[in-house]
Amino acid sequence: MSTPNNVGNDNIDHMTDTRAIAVGENLPGCKKRDPIVVADNVTRSFGGITAVDVEHLEIPRHKITALIGPNGAGKTTLFNLLTGFDTPNSGAWTFEGNNIAGVSSYKVARMGMVRTFQLTKVMGKLTVMENMRLGASKQPGERLSKALFKNIWGAREREITQQAEVLLKKFKLDAKKDDYAASLSGGQRKLLEMARSLMVQPKLVMLDEPMAGVNPALTQSLLDHIKNLKAEGMTVLFVEHDMNMVRHIADWVVVMAEGRIVAEGPPGEVMKDPAVIDAYLGAHHDVDLGDAEGIRELEAELEADEESIVGTDAAGMIAPEAVEAHLEEEEGK
Amino acid sequence: MDFGNILSLALGEIATPTTAAYALAALGLAVHFGYSGLLNFGQAGFMAVGAYGFAISTLTFKVPFVVGLLISLLCAVIFALLLGVPTLRLRADYLAIVTIAAAEIIRYIVTTNTLFRITGSADGLSSFQREFDSFNPFPAGTYIFGWSNRDLYVRVVSWIVVILCVVIVWLLMRSPWGRVLKGIREDENAVRSLGKNVYAYKMQALVIGGILGALAGLLFTLPRGSVQPANYATELTFFLWTVLLLGGMSTVLGPVVGAMIFWVVLSLTQNLLAGLIESGAVTFISIVQAGQLRFILVGIALMLLMVFRPQGVFGNKKELAFA
Repeated sequence: MSTPNNVGNDNIDHMTDTRAIAVGENLPGCKKRDPIVVADNVTRSFGGITAVDVEHLEIPRHKITALIGPNGAGKTTLFNLLTGFDTPNSGAWTFEGNNIAGVSSYKVARMGMVRTFQLTKVMGKLTVMENMRLGASKQPGERLSKALFKNIWGAREREITQQAEVLLKKFKLDAKKDDYAASLSGGQRKLLEMARSLMVQPKLVMLDEPMAGVNPALTQSLLDHIKNLKAEGMTVLFVEHDMNMVRHIADWVVVMAEGRIVAEGPPGEVMKDPAVIDAYLGAHHDVDLGDAEGIRELEAELEADEESIVGTDAAGMIAPEAVEAHLEEEEGK
Repeated sequence: MDFGNILSLALGEIATPTTAAYALAALGLAVHFGYSGLLNFGQAGFMAVGAYGFAISTLTFKVPFVVGLLISLLCAVIFALLLGVPTLRLRADYLAIVTIAAAEIIRYIVTTNTLFRITGSADGLSSFQREFDSFNPFPAGTYIFGWSNRDLYVRVVSWIVVILCVVIVWLLMRSPWGRVLKGIREDENAVRSLGKNVYAYKMQALVIGGILGALAGLLFTLPRGSVQPANYATELTFFLWTVLLLGGMSTVLGPVVGAMIFWVVLSLTQNLLAGLIESGAVTFISIVQAGQLRFILVGIALMLLMVFRPQGVFGNKKELAFA
């Protein structure tokens, strides 16, 4: 993928590129070496509540950027604004240098900025394959004047069918291609929505909670898919609450709270930021409660914590002894 | 009671131009609702626009048949644009409200006494079909089923038009264009996020369905040789919806078969009831009351259909299972 602003980038492997993302310090609203989206003074209020109030935001090209923050922080609203699904009260933003404030959503998508939705949107009464084909761009058969003549659009149709088959195989949906999308499980729908957005061949993929409702086994393959997008030269921006995922795949993290951007930086750095911990993560966010080791760690931490009831007489069923007995029983199984 | 006669009367309904008109108008609804999810409750309005557009341009402006036909279709396009421009950016229900009101507005306008010279008010217009009749290639005489040469002519023309439209709609709906429409029916925001101009597609669907409605209006009036506002009341729209639901919403043959079933059942119930009353088997209602009762029976038939075969005769059960 060519990058007009940065000549010579073409030879860089985006997976191993370790050059600094930001220019200067990692502060909220900092300048990036090579931004794909630049937003200024974007505000949106619903009644008296200011949902989004972003002074300056740059999304780095060829990187995976995570947008995190508590519920109601304005993450999805910012997504909607940037992709033209909602109109801001004020603000301007550019995509690859083109001003796209006020441009309708379908045109934004055509320019290569494609999004998915928090509440998955698949066409239930179309087959999985038809869902995929629908995503493809530049289809002559989508014009009314040419739709009647299969000889005009047949070739492109075969092309996109092949493209769709490759993607479906990657997302392990190829066995389902003739089923109605409505028969898919929640996690499979997430996969389908993501695969379908890739049919547009976007430059920037915006994923709104790609992991919500996806089972752990599938999570790993989804993570790989998202990493692969970067390898293929795409830029990814995603909203997610799963901190493990953010830690694993994000190159850059933007934290929002109450509509503003409160912190920015590489994941390791941002998650140690006291402001982020207070506003969003919670004190013990880095403990993985998914395994016994993590729970023992948390118990030890809580015992040392003066504010916690763990380690006092009031602990009851969350006292270390009680939890320990339970854990051993689990491991014995 | 002559069962043979009742049955042959009922089967005769299958081929009438009115059945063809219902089939075509319901096909327009299938384009609107079945494929694009547009709730059009004013299909009677589109039919009226088509019929009056032709009748007025023929009688008042004395244009030749083909020009009248084109004017009639152009009127339907303009009507669709008028309805679509303000509503298609809004949620589906707004179109429903606007179409049902617009269809009534059309009917009231043509009924106005002030416009008597142009629209004929409540009497409607007649004798605009002469040029259409002059194209009749069949020599006078009695044909199959005892049809006159004009009966045969209007039936042949009507069904050729229906078949042509069915083929065109089928071709359109199997194309990528049709796929976008079905996508819009399922979730228009998702389609928008994939870079499709949803508004333009909905407008195209509204116009195409409207043109089918106007053509249906012509098939409805040309064989009769007259057009009256009372024929285009809201109940016509709801009969068309019945036809659509009977046959299956997202199919091209559904509306055709639905229209046939609708008219056969209507005729059967009418004549059976009349026969029963005449033979003295039923004494508690009169023939006039029986005429109303048949619509109740159609309603019950529709309810049973919705309970036991909600996808219609041709519909795909799978497409409905998750609705």
